[in-house]
Amino acid sequence: MKTLVLTLALSAAVFAQPASRGYAIRNVKIHTLTGPAIERGTVVIRGGKIAGVGANVAAPAGAQVIDARGLEVYPGLIDSISSLGLTEISSIAATVDTSETGEFNPQLIAATAVHPASEHIPVARANGITHAVSAPGGGGGGRGGGGGSLIPGQASLIHLSGWTVEEMAIEPSIAMMLRWPAIQSRGFRGGFDPNLLGLRQRSFADSKREYDERVARIEDWLEAARHYAQAAEKGAKTKFERDLRLEALARVVKGQLAVVIQASDARDIKNAVEFAERHKLKMILAGGAEAWKVKDLLKQKNIPVILGPTQALPREEDDPYDRPFVTPGELSKAGVKIAIATFDSAYSRTLPYEAANAVGYGLPWEEAVKAVTLYPAQILGVSDRLGSIEEGKLANLIVTDGDPLRIQTQVKHLFIKGELTSTDNRHKQLYEKYRARP
Amino acid sequence: MRHRCAAALSIFALALMAPPVVLDAQDSGTTVIQNATILTVTNGTIEKGTIVIRNGKIAGVGRNLPVPAGAKVIDATGQYVMPGLIDCHSHIAADSINEGSVNVSSMVGIEDVLDPDDVNIYRDLAGGLTTANVLHGSANPIGGKNQVIKLRWGKDAKGLVFEGAMPGIKFALGENPKRQATGGGTGFGQQQPAQYPATRMGVMDVIREAFTEAREYRQKWQQYTQDRAGGKNPIPPRRDLKIEPLVEVLEGKRLVHAHCYRADEILQLIRLAEEFGFKIATFQHVLEGYKVAKEIAAHGAGGSTFSDWWAYKVEAADAIPYNAALMTDKGVVVSINSDSAEEARHLNQEAAKTMKWGGLSETDALKLVTLNPAKQLGIDRRVGSIEEGKDADLAIYDTHPLSVYSVVQKTIIDGEVYFDREKDVARRAEIDAEKKKLIEKEKGPARPAGRGPGRPAGRPAATEVTP
Repeated sequence: MKTLVLTLALSAAVFAQPASRGYAIRNVKIHTLTGPAIERGTVVIRGGKIAGVGANVAAPAGAQVIDARGLEVYPGLIDSISSLGLTEISSIAATVDTSETGEFNPQLIAATAVHPASEHIPVARANGITHAVSAPGGGGGGRGGGGGSLIPGQASLIHLSGWTVEEMAIEPSIAMMLRWPAIQSRGFRGGFDPNLLGLRQRSFADSKREYDERVARIEDWLEAARHYAQAAEKGAKTKFERDLRLEALARVVKGQLAVVIQASDARDIKNAVEFAERHKLKMILAGGAEAWKVKDLLKQKNIPVILGPTQALPREEDDPYDRPFVTPGELSKAGVKIAIATFDSAYSRTLPYEAANAVGYGLPWEEAVKAVTLYPAQILGVSDRLGSIEEGKLANLIVTDGDPLRIQTQVKHLFIKGELTSTDNRHKQLYEKYRARP
Repeated sequence: MRHRCAAALSIFALALMAPPVVLDAQDSGTTVIQNATILTVTNGTIEKGTIVIRNGKIAGVGRNLPVPAGAKVIDATGQYVMPGLIDCHSHIAADSINEGSVNVSSMVGIEDVLDPDDVNIYRDLAGGLTTANVLHGSANPIGGKNQVIKLRWGKDAKGLVFEGAMPGIKFALGENPKRQATGGGTGFGQQQPAQYPATRMGVMDVIREAFTEAREYRQKWQQYTQDRAGGKNPIPPRRDLKIEPLVEVLEGKRLVHAHCYRADEILQLIRLAEEFGFKIATFQHVLEGYKVAKEIAAHGAGGSTFSDWWAYKVEAADAIPYNAALMTDKGVVVSINSDSAEEARHLNQEAAKTMKWGGLSETDALKLVTLNPAKQLGIDRRVGSIEEGKDADLAIYDTHPLSVYSVVQKTIIDGEVYFDREKDVARRAEIDAEKKKLIEKEKGPARPAGRGPGRPAGRPAATEVTP
């Protein structure tokens, strides 16, 4: 497994070599996101990276010059939790590779199953998504095996371009996914009762017992991984058998790999935070529908949140109607670092609108833009490479005719790894084909 | 603890949340919206315009209209008013959706199961929605009768009904009705015994058989009426409640809303309808409508589609976000619908997507969620644009409704303010306090430990449908 990770990482580096003589995007409004916007400047791209940014930067000889008068350049958008590449037609199990059977599969890596030729990838790209975290365990209608996974595997950070997954991979293993076992006695979790022709109700005590058992199992695994790591460190090669699952989890308990904990209810989030602290895990909260209820705790413990879509119904019948729209603004105001993601594949392209819908309800526009660019890069620990327009960063950029969160805005040019990348896709092709029908 | 009393709480909260603000009788039922940017949909945009509402109807639209004495004034300075949004495919406000146990269920109807307490009515209202076409599900080739409603939150089931709207019926083609053959059902917990049809051949046959029967049934009644008129004393045919709605379809008195995906099945249904001499009012979903837009336009059917849904099943593999624009360009009357209580909260944004994907104009985009669905439902004389004489069904936004940043401020139906964001926000502290009090009360002084009642079975999954 380690070999695979190394191979992927190595290949990603190899394939990031320059393929062109570079570009100079001129006369463009530059939204660097780390500094003030530059009203009219130049972005130079060379060797897959941003080689220069500023009002008075010269285009290097041989570079392809793109006159972007009237246009704006932003960092490419990142869908920080998605199932891109893992699912094609969500109702057809044969096309879904999101979730394995079994509760604990920390050894699995999403990139292993990412399908570079998925039609979803260019569709997302057309709306300005240049890279994404492809995460196991969710999405795709939950048909790719068991939905009861607690640790479904490792998420991969990928460029949304490449002939092979090796060309796409930025970090094949960016975080371990952990689905927090919710205490739920209502709704689907009680299961369907054919005798009642309705949802089975479970007592709180039953749900709590099941919850405790699941948490105990997670603890057992972490404990085993800790022992495994200790044994490995002592070089006791002959005294223990290699275990790929524990090897993967060892990186988590040693704090080398962040763990994305998916939880929605305030009680579950609190429990997860307490758990992560006890086990000294690098926790990222994902989903977080009720994170607003524990925002002070999240701020205090410095736990970032990758929120799900704002275009969602309130969880409780008596929640205010605008609850999901309001949440990002509330968390941001409380000082919690947030990213917004789609947790989807086909609808990854709606990412800018999931962020935009929070703006009308209190999230400042700049924060909304950062929630799909800079902040996810920081949360995932890759802001040295991605998330803003700064010299030395990977040139994943979008040139638009305006605010990238606005629905009517068009992506005019798109760069991934410093290469001008097509925004053509299956949808556009079908449109052109049938528009021409006599 | 929270879950134990959640049901009681929500009922309480619902009652408290937003009763309609009925206008004071003393102002002789006149309301004036002033200083608004008015998107009339049919007559362009009026800057700093005035809308006069009298007795629930629009009595005047324009600039510098005089304010009638005693009228209630809504100052909409800096705000935008558009016609209340219309959703041509909804499943809110209904206790059940699919009667999938038979392959023709035209005897059942949504009217009998309207649920005025469904909180999604209020949530969608808060998204500017004023009218919804509540459809039967897609479990069978011929489904049940639909019910067009206005989102009059706080009224009873009867009070929701859009009086005078054309009656209609749901048809369904393709994967969903086929799925019944394997007992797959179309929603959670809807396992059924295996049932014909299993193929698109069978789907079309079920419809053809039903209309063959309807035609004969109609002839029997015509014969009977003729015989009676001729002085004979014939025995009347036995009434068939399943077939009668289909006779209404043949006579053009009931609209057909046909769930469909693939171009070939769309074409098949057009030919079948033409064979029997009726018209399909709307093709619903119609995600491959762009492939046969010419034929749909020639038949005179409307297309009611999603903005950008795709890839959730094989028949949605060729769905493209350009569908609405392309069908519009080819002359089809197109609407964008929700099929989802959530999506219905931002149909204005869904319409805006057609400006991006396919380049529709602002007005054409607005029509997709106002005038066009009104036309498709046969209610365009009443709603769908801001014109004198039409129902005062309006949505007021803080900025242009085709902007992703717009937020609904007020939703008005029949001249009454049914949603007011300011009031909704203002009441929250009060509701929270009441909720806390109820929780405290529920906790109670002495309660045997671990004997709390579970939350009574709600109705979360009953209305689950597959698009």
